[in-house]
Amino acid sequence: MEQIGKVLVVNHERCTGCRLCELVCAVKHDGISNPARSRIRVMKWEQEGLYIPMSCQQCQDAPCMNVCPVKAISRDERLARVMVDYDKCIGCRSCVAVCPFGAMNYNVMDRKVIKCDLCDGDPQCVRFCDIKAVEYLDATDVSIQKKREAAQRIRLASKEAAELAAQA
Amino acid sequence: MALNRKIAYIDLTTGDIQIKPIPIEVRKKFLGGRGLDAYLLYNHTKKGCDPLGPDNALMVSGGILCATCASATARTHVMAKSPLTGLLGSANMGGFFAPEMAWAGFHHLVIKGKAKHPVYLFIHNGEIEIRDARDLWGLSVTETQWAIRDQLGDQEVKSMVCGPAGENLVRYANVMTGIKNSGGRTGMGCVMGSKNLKAVAARGTMDIKIAHPVEALEFNKRFIGQITSAKVNQTQGAIGTPFIWGATNSWGGIRCRNFQYNQCEYADDIEPEHLDEIATETCGPYHMTGCFGCQVHCRAKYRIPGNGPYAGIYDEGPEYTSQGAFCGETDTPRAETLLVANHLVDQYGVDNLEIGSLISWAMELYELGIITNKETDGLELRFGNDEAVIEMIHRICQRKGWIGDVLADGGVQASKKIGKDSFKYLIQVKGMSNLHSDERATPALALNIALASRGSDHLRSRPAIDLYHLPEPVMRKIYSSPVPYDGPLSSEHTEYIGKPWQVFWHENCYMGVDCLGICKYHTTFLGATLPNFEDWSKVLYYNTGLELTPKEIWEVAERCNNMERLFNLREGLSKDDPEKGDVLNPRYHNEPTRRGAPEVVGRVIEKDKFLQMRAECYQHKGWDENGVPKPETLKRLGIDNEPSHML
Repeated sequence: MEQIGKVLVVNHERCTGCRLCELVCAVKHDGISNPARSRIRVMKWEQEGLYIPMSCQQCQDAPCMNVCPVKAISRDERLARVMVDYDKCIGCRSCVAVCPFGAMNYNVMDRKVIKCDLCDGDPQCVRFCDIKAVEYLDATDVSIQKKREAAQRIRLASKEAAELAAQA
Repeated sequence: MALNRKIAYIDLTTGDIQIKPIPIEVRKKFLGGRGLDAYLLYNHTKKGCDPLGPDNALMVSGGILCATCASATARTHVMAKSPLTGLLGSANMGGFFAPEMAWAGFHHLVIKGKAKHPVYLFIHNGEIEIRDARDLWGLSVTETQWAIRDQLGDQEVKSMVCGPAGENLVRYANVMTGIKNSGGRTGMGCVMGSKNLKAVAARGTMDIKIAHPVEALEFNKRFIGQITSAKVNQTQGAIGTPFIWGATNSWGGIRCRNFQYNQCEYADDIEPEHLDEIATETCGPYHMTGCFGCQVHCRAKYRIPGNGPYAGIYDEGPEYTSQGAFCGETDTPRAETLLVANHLVDQYGVDNLEIGSLISWAMELYELGIITNKETDGLELRFGNDEAVIEMIHRICQRKGWIGDVLADGGVQASKKIGKDSFKYLIQVKGMSNLHSDERATPALALNIALASRGSDHLRSRPAIDLYHLPEPVMRKIYSSPVPYDGPLSSEHTEYIGKPWQVFWHENCYMGVDCLGICKYHTTFLGATLPNFEDWSKVLYYNTGLELTPKEIWEVAERCNNMERLFNLREGLSKDDPEKGDVLNPRYHNEPTRRGAPEVVGRVIEKDKFLQMRAECYQHKGWDENGVPKPETLKRLGIDNEPSHML
């Protein structure tokens, strides 16, 4: 089946903060260990034990794409991703400035912008994350899963309410 | 490349900093991490140097695989002459510091001298700066780290620091990074304090080129699969190291009331399942956290429950070691005591094992009348007194009152000030307190603590898998590689047969991971199926391009272990010295165990058999009957001419 509509889903509550995703991302793309080359980065508040992996949302109406003065950024609908054409890119970094997620990175070593390309359909961050804090799922499944989780909370709340009513 | 990471020599007295490459010949002989640190320590300190003086050298390092595409290459190693034991000082911790230092361009630091006022080092993309730390002096472990980040305006900075315990020269103060990653044992934080060095901060964005990236990535995937498929690591990943407590306490392997019992009764409150409930309630269903690149994630997050003065505070752990130190030995098995004590040692930056062990020793002395209310300033230092445990942590770390000040100097020195028979009750080897485990029913483990290079310790050579009663063919397979062994082996943990070889094998195995910079949970420590020499040879090649056979890695480990031995001998180790020898407290031989599983009750370590094991282990190591490496052993390993000053 064609992998149309698959998205990278981050469940930050699961994240252990190990940053293996950063390591394998850089090694996969550049053959180099260096988080500054990673497309995914884990933002941390260690004092609270809070870790949030941040990566490209592959926006439909992508600000980076809209702002690009030379039309170097476009959507690749086959893999539902936003791609940079380095033959056109002039390295002005307008996309870096405009991205609301900070997901467009500027790699100072090679002096070029870099972003998640979903590893052409086999994202290494997902492959290596045992605890599934980062997943690669069909977009439809994501909302169903979230619906079920929310519904579960409602279910438990109403059950609790019924029990309290019975006690009263 | 990992191999182009540099070494820096920093003199805090003069402010002089020299940066040099690490020659490939040195790498092939010592790899990196603890092994190369041992070489540097022997070469950069003089016999009899004062551990708290400017001549002591403090080594800070990452392993040769640090931050490469191998699993859990997070370990930071710290080495110096120990202010606690006067022998080898060595501590190893996880977290994120060493990888950051590697991305900043360095694998090894050699820090000498003493700064005029508190300073910290900032390592940034190939450069090292000595910065003023007068504002940081007195801050707790985490306060220091966050203050450095704010000062440098960069939240990605990783620091290793000494806490107030290190500043107050508590002789077993830790080096710490993150919330609770602790370079514990032997007082490396105390050495930092003595040098007026509050912290080493690192931030780097320098490339580490992987020699064979495709192979490294794929091999790492397989390696991780092997590691996470082990039941022991799955359990650790779910509830952390406290899982060991449940099993060990039930068969009778936990020291209780210093050394009076080998099992802690009524310990339901600190069972791993209960601690897991607290973590779940306070930090949610996914409450585990991990070190750099590790899929085991063995550390739990928690907030202190209840309504006490520490309620609501965030911390990580507690580890199995804290359960033993603050619940087992002191016989105070209550979750709140455990969690608060764990938090305090994390913030003071002090060794939980050492402080817990010394508090329980003092409790035994108090109950025997060797110390009284006069020495404790009225504190009821009895077993089972939770408040006394917490109060003693404060007193020791602040060197407050007579007893706090005396215990801050470590057991051997304290026993001289306390006098009477106090030394008799001190459970230590080479001046370092035993962890909370009771080895009377397990000769292999007893031999391990007696021979461990940094004093009584479980992370140097403990054949923990000896407790699993593995079938003989499985043991044969593990212990006959990478060097052949056809001597006896026994699956029975109460036996003495074959154990010296196991201890020797594990000593080399653990030195191997410490040189590579990988965590011990990723090798044959708690799980029999985990990777060792064969796999390391590949992972080393794919990541660094360095070609060493499994047997050559074994030889590196042997060489480094002998370097540590040479250091210890130079600083006064002699095999039968009760303070600096390869011996156990006589209580191991004279007081039978009283609790636990049927085959455990009534056990002692038989002295003659113990000495026989020790002699046999010396032979395996190529040492003479006095535990001194034979000239031919040193020649075979190429360290017959030390110090050779290659670096």
